[in-house]
Amino acid sequence: MHLTDREWWGLIHGMGFGAVFLLAFAGGLAGLYSLRAGLVTPEGVVERMRRLKIGVVAMAISAWGTVLTGTWVVYPWYRATGKTSPKSVLLADPATEGWHEFGMEWKEHIAWLSPILATVVAFIVLYYGTNLIRHDRVRRTAITLFVLAFGFAAVAGTLGALITKVAPVH
Amino acid sequence: MSTVTDRPSGTAEFDGIHYPDRPEGPIAAAILAGGVGALALGVVTTLSEASTGFKDALNWNNAVGPLSGKTIVTVLVWLAAWVVLHLVYRNKPYETRRALTIALILIGLGVVGTFPTFFQAFGG
Repeated sequence: MHLTDREWWGLIHGMGFGAVFLLAFAGGLAGLYSLRAGLVTPEGVVERMRRLKIGVVAMAISAWGTVLTGTWVVYPWYRATGKTSPKSVLLADPATEGWHEFGMEWKEHIAWLSPILATVVAFIVLYYGTNLIRHDRVRRTAITLFVLAFGFAAVAGTLGALITKVAPVH
Repeated sequence: MSTVTDRPSGTAEFDGIHYPDRPEGPIAAAILAGGVGALALGVVTTLSEASTGFKDALNWNNAVGPLSGKTIVTVLVWLAAWVVLHLVYRNKPYETRRALTIALILIGLGVVGTFPTFFQAFGG
């Protein structure tokens, strides 16, 4: 059982940062959703806010980690000029060229929307803090952007997993 | 019984929970900047496909290709917009609902700009 350096980076990009991203999203969404008057107590809000802040910051950091390693480490191997690079392999067959022409072309761009929006949500939570409890409109705005950040990452992640299945980076 | 207690420092307490007094302006600025960043990504992606010269100009790293310039430009535009909007709205009670509506439109346009079927239509 052996993984090459490139396969390790693929794992760090997709499953390392990806797993943290998923966990942070689930925790952050639950925290934002339940941050409502009547559901928090003076004793509980301190711990709850701390957990929420950790969740949204972790999601933003993992989103940045995913796109930075994806674009600057893994992507150059994907698009290398040799005949055996995943991009060359996909484009060589009309049956698979769509994975690059549509799948990779969309993934490599749309993924970058996720860290931007996740950072905006992290800022809102860190800046506004407990005010999110009594300003429901702002809390719902944060949830909307949080879900969008996850949605864009989900599109990119799904396309990445499918492309890797067809033409993996070795 | 619920009570609201205003403090001299501009903070409030309600049901024993402390609420620091913060204007919504900086939140609106961050949301709008996020929309601007998304739009910037869509615009540079489409322009890169429409113009070979623009695409070559964005090739800031040979290994990564034009994606290097597209993403760096996007991040720089996003951060610059955030700084400017923050300075403009930092002490203003700007409605986040309006900011979200505008940002969602900008994000939608950004998504369209990054959609291959759309931007490849501008290719040669």
